[in-house]
Amino acid sequence: MAGDNVSWKERKVRFAEEDLFVVEVGEGRPLLVLHEELGHPGILRWHRELGKEYRLVIPMHPGFGRSPQREWMTNVRDLACFYGWYVRENLAANAGAIGFSFGGWVGAEMVANDPKLFPRLILVAPMGIRPAVGEIMDMFKVTARAYLAATVLNPQTTPEFKELYGGAPTPEQFEAFEDARAQTARLAWQPYAYNPSLPHLLKAVTDLPTLLIWGRQDNVVPLNAGELYAAAIKQSRLVTLEGCGHRPEIEKTDEFLREVRSFLS
Amino acid sequence: MHIMWFTERAYHYDPEVEPEKHRRLENEIIRRRSFFGMPNSFFDPHHGSALLNQYLDEKIYSEELGFDGVMLNEHHGTPFCLGAVMDVEAAILAKTTKRVKIVLLGNPVPTVANPLRLAEELAMIDLISKGRLVPGWVRGAGSEQLANNANPAYNRELFEEGIDFIIKAWTTPGPFRYEGKHFHFRFVNPWVLPLQKPHPPFWIPGLVSPDTVVWCAKRRYPYIALATRLKPTVELWELYAQVAAREGYQAGPENFGYMQPVYVGENQQRAEELGKRFMFGGGFAHFARPEWMFPPGYNSKEATRRLARLNAATNLPGKPLHRSTGQETDEEIERIKQEIYAGYPQARQELQIIAGTPDYVIPRIRKVLEILRPGIFSFWIDGPLSAKDRMTCLRLIGREVLPAVREIGKELGLVDPFTRKPGSRPLSQDGKVEPVAYAEALESVM
Repeated sequence: MAGDNVSWKERKVRFAEEDLFVVEVGEGRPLLVLHEELGHPGILRWHRELGKEYRLVIPMHPGFGRSPQREWMTNVRDLACFYGWYVRENLAANAGAIGFSFGGWVGAEMVANDPKLFPRLILVAPMGIRPAVGEIMDMFKVTARAYLAATVLNPQTTPEFKELYGGAPTPEQFEAFEDARAQTARLAWQPYAYNPSLPHLLKAVTDLPTLLIWGRQDNVVPLNAGELYAAAIKQSRLVTLEGCGHRPEIEKTDEFLREVRSFLS
Repeated sequence: MHIMWFTERAYHYDPEVEPEKHRRLENEIIRRRSFFGMPNSFFDPHHGSALLNQYLDEKIYSEELGFDGVMLNEHHGTPFCLGAVMDVEAAILAKTTKRVKIVLLGNPVPTVANPLRLAEELAMIDLISKGRLVPGWVRGAGSEQLANNANPAYNRELFEEGIDFIIKAWTTPGPFRYEGKHFHFRFVNPWVLPLQKPHPPFWIPGLVSPDTVVWCAKRRYPYIALATRLKPTVELWELYAQVAAREGYQAGPENFGYMQPVYVGENQQRAEELGKRFMFGGGFAHFARPEWMFPPGYNSKEATRRLARLNAATNLPGKPLHRSTGQETDEEIERIKQEIYAGYPQARQELQIIAGTPDYVIPRIRKVLEILRPGIFSFWIDGPLSAKDRMTCLRLIGREVLPAVREIGKELGLVDPFTRKPGSRPLSQDGKVEPVAYAEALESVM
């Protein structure tokens, strides 16, 4: 498969008085990747492709997987400030950031707090703003597997979905999902998956080129939230992909890569 | 031995009197694979009113019959239990009974979310009952966290901090300011304080979660197992006793309680007909939808690790139905129902349900008491039974079974927590821990 030979490694770093696990894929200018609410899914085709041009830096959010939980961290803005600090210390000359769903919300909070942190920002169907039309699907009322199935428009025709989540979950996968759900609950239980102040504070982000990518048929975060993001961030552009749910990176990988590459270059 | 009477106060219809309403409700619960989440459009307030009054009447009657305690619990958003605010019922019983302990197993501290309010409510109940309150505490089932928007990832922290706060509010002279992790009160000075000093005794119910058992042993709180299977219950008793020994005391019957489904009828056949209904009414294991049972972070990491490697533990033999489609036809529902009731012989064999004439049930209760040696014992009746059947059952238990059970308790030395303070018994000189249960006797019922 193209790009299979891109190198990757997992590192344990000491940051803010505690361990943080960081996966790195490829070589080049660093691009921060903020993973979604059920944790880093593993290295996917888009990682391998983009890893040919950039060094993808994917920290495991504290409390997810192997990165230990931090008692003091109780909301998404705490996590965003933590990562802002991490970027300033470790990724000053970065190419930008890309955040998925929950991770997109974290990215939006980071730039609301510090609009100069990245030269470019990509948010893929981010949580964080309450849509005026529809509501963010409540992941806490369903099992991890039911939630995953709802994230894509058609699990059967999404090859990487079957690869990642097909079959019965292993005990390790079950534990990882439960850890991720627990930590997302600690940070985003109420109000669920949005911050009322975020759209107001994003008005201060006036000079940051921002790409918003949304599946037209997103069943998790309604497209209307994307329109509100686009209205809040001055230099943003909303791209919608047809026949696509909440996971453009695995449902429409080629189109997703095309948009991302074009935006970053 | 302290002997209590318990029922979930379910919302149900008598299958013999209102078969169609009964069938409609039961089928819908099965179709949804859950008591929790049943739409409240199924709730008829006139029927609910009759049931709540009936259940209170039973509690008052149980005092006349000689029970030592009336036990209440609380659940939310489910026809499984009408006691959505248990303290309301407790307050009524505080005034309408004279002698029985009012045992609340328990108040769901994380979901109530205001421990100061709980401290005040419970203090009032203790005062009105003239010192008969036994408050207990629970984390609340997984579903209660959703029903009350209580963050399940902080459930145990809320539970432990809430209880500590209540103790502080009752025992530290006010006014004072409280700044905790989850609770904040700028002015703590409850005027109404409990009669019992330093505060009413706490009992903790559970479904044999090791985390809770260890916590109870450390705090010397009696642990009441809610009709759990005997073998894991014995194992958890032993864990309690080991932790107790590390804390420097010998655990005994005063540290343990057990709740037992018991049905008594005029004849064996009728009692078993009623007892079988517990398979549905009490058989929540069949409706253990994982999304309701295990909301995010509700389990500790260790419990999640165990769960990932085991099938969900059930308190009754039976296959969880959560893999059902939810779209079953009436015929398929009927088949599932038969499967549920087909678990009865095993439940009967393993003494999870004891149903029969007094002569049948007494020796079997004796067996449970010999194995578990609890100082607290609660009779439990649930399932779709008519008011008349319930009262008959209660009367027969009270008049013919309870006196015999009391004698067995004396004979076996099952000391209750009012007779001997839990945690007050020193370890023996040689440091050896006395057994708290008799696992050998299990073989005869397995």
